[in-house]
Amino acid sequence: MAARPEERKAPWLDAKAQPYIRIEGITKKFGEFVAVNDVSLNIYRGEIFCLLGGSGCGKTTLLRMLAGFEQPSAGRIFIDGVSMEGVPPYERPVNMMFQSYALFPHMTVEQNVAFGLKQEKLPREEIESRVADMLGIVKLGGMEKRKPHQLSGGQRQRVALARSLVKRPKLLLLDEPLGALDKKLREHTQFELVNIQERLGVTFIVVTHDQEEAMTLASRIGVMNQGYIVQVGTPHEIYEFPNSRFVTEFIGNVNMFEGRIVEDEPDHVTISSDELGGPLYVGHGVSAAPEAQVWAAVRPEKMILSREQPSFEYNRASGVIKEIAYMGDASIYLVLLDSGKTVRITQPNTYRHADDRLTWDDRVWVSWDESSSVVVTE
Amino acid sequence: MNQNRSMFLLSSLVLGFAFLYIPILSMIVFSFNESKLVTVWGGFSVKWYGELLGNRQMLDAAWLSVRIAAVTATGAVVIGTMAGLALARFGQFRSRTVFSGMVTAPLVMPEVITGLSLLLLFVAFAPLPFVPDSRGFSTITIAHMTLTLSYVTVIVQSRLSTMDDSLEEAALDLGARPAKVFMLITLPIIAPAMVSGWLLAFTLSLDDLVIASFTAGPSTNTLPMMIFSTVRRGITPEINALATIMVAIVTLFVVIAGITMSRQEKRRQREMRAVAIGT
Repeated sequence: MAARPEERKAPWLDAKAQPYIRIEGITKKFGEFVAVNDVSLNIYRGEIFCLLGGSGCGKTTLLRMLAGFEQPSAGRIFIDGVSMEGVPPYERPVNMMFQSYALFPHMTVEQNVAFGLKQEKLPREEIESRVADMLGIVKLGGMEKRKPHQLSGGQRQRVALARSLVKRPKLLLLDEPLGALDKKLREHTQFELVNIQERLGVTFIVVTHDQEEAMTLASRIGVMNQGYIVQVGTPHEIYEFPNSRFVTEFIGNVNMFEGRIVEDEPDHVTISSDELGGPLYVGHGVSAAPEAQVWAAVRPEKMILSREQPSFEYNRASGVIKEIAYMGDASIYLVLLDSGKTVRITQPNTYRHADDRLTWDDRVWVSWDESSSVVVTE
Repeated sequence: MNQNRSMFLLSSLVLGFAFLYIPILSMIVFSFNESKLVTVWGGFSVKWYGELLGNRQMLDAAWLSVRIAAVTATGAVVIGTMAGLALARFGQFRSRTVFSGMVTAPLVMPEVITGLSLLLLFVAFAPLPFVPDSRGFSTITIAHMTLTLSYVTVIVQSRLSTMDDSLEEAALDLGARPAKVFMLITLPIIAPAMVSGWLLAFTLSLDDLVIASFTAGPSTNTLPMMIFSTVRRGITPEINALATIMVAIVTLFVVIAGITMSRQEKRRQREMRAVAIGT
């Protein structure tokens, strides 16, 4: 879990802060195919920066360029002020934790972790003490002599982490670090990963396709699509203030209403949407051309479901409940609006016994607050 | 019904194995025959093994065969590993299929053709530098390498194709230079495949008659050639004893190669299972 808000620094808001990792206009082409397209990023010391995107969006290629396995076609990478141009992987102050963990099968846990330190030709006592310390941190004491195939998936993940951290890299790259673990173990490991990161103060760049993983781990997220970075922000910013349809739909669930701006004021806009069957009122200004086609996005948990007609004339529609999925803590309702559009609404199950429980085929009103929707233009 | 089928299966099993092993078994039995007549049992004796030890020609031929086999196997492992690496690592280059086909073609090439073409080559190129002037140890060894390296290539390549590429990247990432990555990571992982390749090449070279006959000089005699020419003058119990020893050696090597390969396979499966459970 990210650090508590009062302790949390936001160096990206500080104009004087020096970025620790500077990615300047990186492009990578494989033949005609552009895997990474003019990406520029500033990442600060101690961050957990998540590159989030679907498969083939270029996130892994970007990670491999940071590690030195791929050479950029254009652009430059600086780590702690030093250009990485022409620096081979074995000379970079960067370590990587592979998706497959890539543990050496013919070596014990101890030998795996010590491998990187042996390459530095450190004295044996130092190697031994640093390996023992690191195995302690990842809670693998007593497993030193085991071979990778004698370990569980979670243990192997921790060996891989220990092996990549023991060299005290300036930057640790993690490729889908939790991808191979089952759901329970994942949640547990997420917290451990953040704890270890805070303890050692190493800068992390995490590649993931799992938005939940990105939200819980990251100090900031860079959303990638087709080789571009489409938005960079804190998990909160990405979720509440997405800048495009792609980001809105990629992160979490959302209901989109297509429409046109009919009233454009500095403090509010009104959108007419056939998909809603009525006007939409947004309580903030929108920078879009008048009459432009826009999409208003409303998260399922920000919608209100009730039998009574709301008192206001906008941001509301009536419909029929078509599906209910009971999740325990909350229920998901699919409501078919009179306009023909189906919307998804999440309502917390606050009371154990509800006499007036909504059920299938009930006629209901869907509404939301004027501050709840986000308008995107592309 | 089930009973019938198992009777049928059992009898075909017995017949099949009898067909395969009765000739060899009878040879082994007759090698312990006291009598000088090969087909007449005259009581148990190991005297033909003793005679064999006194036969200078036979021992020389055997020693030559072992030397050729050892050099062949070592050379084939070096070249075959390089070929396997190239085929496994270069990715999809143009005409890759042609190359891998060409590497493995000697597996199915008739030995007579291989032998004949090598003989022509050695004769024609003898005046050139680095080509042996006269035929003998070196020409047989070279010929055997061409025969056996395709086996090594296939074995090494299949091991490499199941190896996770990120293992080498991880070693690079941890600060090992490429040469060291090869020595510390790649080589230990493909070593079992190289060992079984070596044993297979050794065995193939040791009992090859056809190619050796083509590429040997007039005064060189490998053990199979020696046996073949002796047998033409009639089978002696001594030959039975020699053949028994060869069967023993070859069996030993094949069994060792088989055990190494199956161990390696078992370990791989265990690793995969462990991964599957871990996920």
